[in-house]
Amino acid sequence: MLNPATEPMLPRPFRVLKVGRETADTFTLTLEAAGGGQGFSFAPGQFNMLYAFGIGESPISISGNPERPETLVHTIRAVGAVTRTICGLKKGEILGGRGPFGAPWPMAAAAGQDVLVIAGGLGLAPLRPAVYHLLSHRQDYGNLELIYGARTPEDLLYYKELEGWRGRFDFRVHVTVDAARGEWRGSVGVVPHIIPRARFDPVNTVALVCGPGVMMRFTVQELLAHGLKPENIYVSMERNMKCGLGLCGHCQLGPFFVCKDGPVFRYDQLQDWFLAREV
Amino acid sequence: MDTPESSLTSHPFLEGLTPRHLSIIGECASRVNFKAGQFLFREQEEAAKFYLINHGQVAVEIFRSRRGPITIQTLGEGQALGWLWFDKPYHWHYDARAVQLTRATALDVKSLMHICEQDHELGYALMKRYGQMLAVQFRVITMQMADMYG
Amino acid sequence: MSAASVNLGDEVVMEPEVLQQLLESLRSQGYQVIGPTLRQGSLVYAPLSSLADLPRGWGDAQEGGVFRLRKLKAPIFFGYGVGQQSWKQFLYPPRRRTWQARREENGFQIQLPDEDAVKFAFIGVHACDLAAIAVQDKVFLEGPFTDPHYRARREQAFILAVNCGHPCGTGFCVSMGSGPQVTQGFDLALTEILQGTRHFLVAAAGSARGQQLIAQVPHQKALPEQRQAAANLTAQAARQMGRTLETADLKSLLYRNYENPRWDQVAARCLNCGNCTLVCPTCFCHTLEDTTDLTGTQAERWRRWDVCHTVDFTYLHGGGIRNTIRSRYRQWLTHKLATWIDQFGVLGCVGCGRCITWCPVAIDITEEIQAIRESELTTPPAAKE
Repeated sequence: MLNPATEPMLPRPFRVLKVGRETADTFTLTLEAAGGGQGFSFAPGQFNMLYAFGIGESPISISGNPERPETLVHTIRAVGAVTRTICGLKKGEILGGRGPFGAPWPMAAAAGQDVLVIAGGLGLAPLRPAVYHLLSHRQDYGNLELIYGARTPEDLLYYKELEGWRGRFDFRVHVTVDAARGEWRGSVGVVPHIIPRARFDPVNTVALVCGPGVMMRFTVQELLAHGLKPENIYVSMERNMKCGLGLCGHCQLGPFFVCKDGPVFRYDQLQDWFLAREV
Repeated sequence: MDTPESSLTSHPFLEGLTPRHLSIIGECASRVNFKAGQFLFREQEEAAKFYLINHGQVAVEIFRSRRGPITIQTLGEGQALGWLWFDKPYHWHYDARAVQLTRATALDVKSLMHICEQDHELGYALMKRYGQMLAVQFRVITMQMADMYG
Repeated sequence: MSAASVNLGDEVVMEPEVLQQLLESLRSQGYQVIGPTLRQGSLVYAPLSSLADLPRGWGDAQEGGVFRLRKLKAPIFFGYGVGQQSWKQFLYPPRRRTWQARREENGFQIQLPDEDAVKFAFIGVHACDLAAIAVQDKVFLEGPFTDPHYRARREQAFILAVNCGHPCGTGFCVSMGSGPQVTQGFDLALTEILQGTRHFLVAAAGSARGQQLIAQVPHQKALPEQRQAAANLTAQAARQMGRTLETADLKSLLYRNYENPRWDQVAARCLNCGNCTLVCPTCFCHTLEDTTDLTGTQAERWRRWDVCHTVDFTYLHGGGIRNTIRSRYRQWLTHKLATWIDQFGVLGCVGCGRCITWCPVAIDITEEIQAIRESELTTPPAAKE
């Protein structure tokens, strides 16, 4: 009998419990370990290598609630052979998964401070577990703000949940899009431009940022301009990954292996590599 | 007291102006309120006002036949909307609509430009703020063009 | 002749013909004996069936983009440098099935391949390649995750090293501190001496396995002049090194020169063929490939060496990260000589010179470093953005 804990290269089978459509090409799958077994513990910000039988693997961040390990939740955009297959799975079907891998968001280091959660596009997926954690340990943190941007309202993930969060008095949610049709009641503008509307004490604030590179770059600039310390800004990076273990070399970013040294990095440690091109 | 002057002094666009300059500007200012859904102005109308938003949210829209209006930007408390015109004719090239109850200070553009011509010190102070506003607008629009969430 | 046991590091002398007994002894202990041999006009590492398979009397001439076998005047066994292959292909095979899986009612069952028990004896390992094995040990055995397949092969491997006594055209092991003298990581180290008609091997054990092997064959304590002859040989090779590479401050040199125009010049020559990565004894990057049979019930995963010179290497939906040859060559070289230090605490280059010899356009890693160094003397480095 193989022990998955000692064989990080071997996928475990998971069964699809539910498939929900988020946007035109993005789906949220709820999974459970096939054939029972223990739940799936992870820390916010970590990812799994999901395996479509015989087709291949893709690194996908975990989007579920870290305090509910009985199910595993992933939000996946169907863009390649593996992710299209996984997004096409039906309830009851099987996929493989191995993990969790990678460095998580600094939930403990952020305690006692204001927290800005800043997401662009699909970048909310790896941040949702952090939001769950912040809300379930609400008293441990100062002011909490979520700034979330997408191309259009149709591209927003977790729409209902966002509305629920927006209804809370202890969590301010700013949702913005690049363009919207008339019925949209939220903001139109870019994420970095929304930052001035958030309430935070710059010297006592931790920012968790995830989104495409250009969005993170402008966002970090804006945060620094508002007085955040580089060591209090965290970004989550994306790279081609094959092994998830720091052995295959694909995810290198300068001296870092994004799979094991990241995907979450403290900005002051990543700075030079974050701004360098084609590294 | 909620006067045009108090809404002027509290708006970031005019922050730092001397009381004398604020009082000059106050002479061409009026308080305006818009209900949710109400247009501040529409495309092709004469652009007679420069708006300082004190409260609420305004959507800047472009109307597309068949597909209806598309919002390209929203502006809220503390932001400014409009142009200080140097060339004619003065016409809006988009719509602006209140998304929610919105209170703003409307400055009469013709009077404002006249004041700037009369008092270059005040004119320069206003143009500095206006230039900064345009720079921010430009940055936001370039970022939108970059399709940064793809 | 003496059957007394030898101490680690003690130098003994044996006749060259004893090599045959060494090979036989290793084979009888269950080792698959691999060593240098000539095949289709090239020097390769392959299973040896007898002493006759060694490239006796052959050496090589190497330059940028050039490898030629050369008939030596001396009938020595170990007169060659390093060929295009390294021992990496045995410890870390170019292609390997990591597992197969069968689809079942309730998921799938994974089976591991059971061919992992190969015991290799490597004959004729040069100091640079020994250093390369130590570098790959750090990659595969010392991180948070290790490679059990590599470990199994590595721990069992018997290493018979040879001290390099011949001029090396493209190598720079002296600069990298990796050769030409082997100092550690071997079971048995040999120095082959030919003085007129006197032909002998100076041997030293580097492990208990090496000690046992020496004890099984005729040998004598080395005389001081024989030990001196062995030392002279590698000292002479060190003086005849074909290339040098200044390693001082190498990491910061490269870190502050990401935007050096030299990268454009080398990119204009680089063909992106990936030869340098395939011949490099330390390059470890690989990809994983999945397949199924036609019924879709059997699946396999294969690990295959990958090449950072391809756009595909960094491909994410929408495109690659390193889209220019410039950025990909820069990645390869900077990884070897700079980021590797941050990743694994050592340089990723051992100075074997293969990447120079086997580059079809003779790009020379030592020349590139020199050019970057010199550019700093003429123009101050641009501040890294």
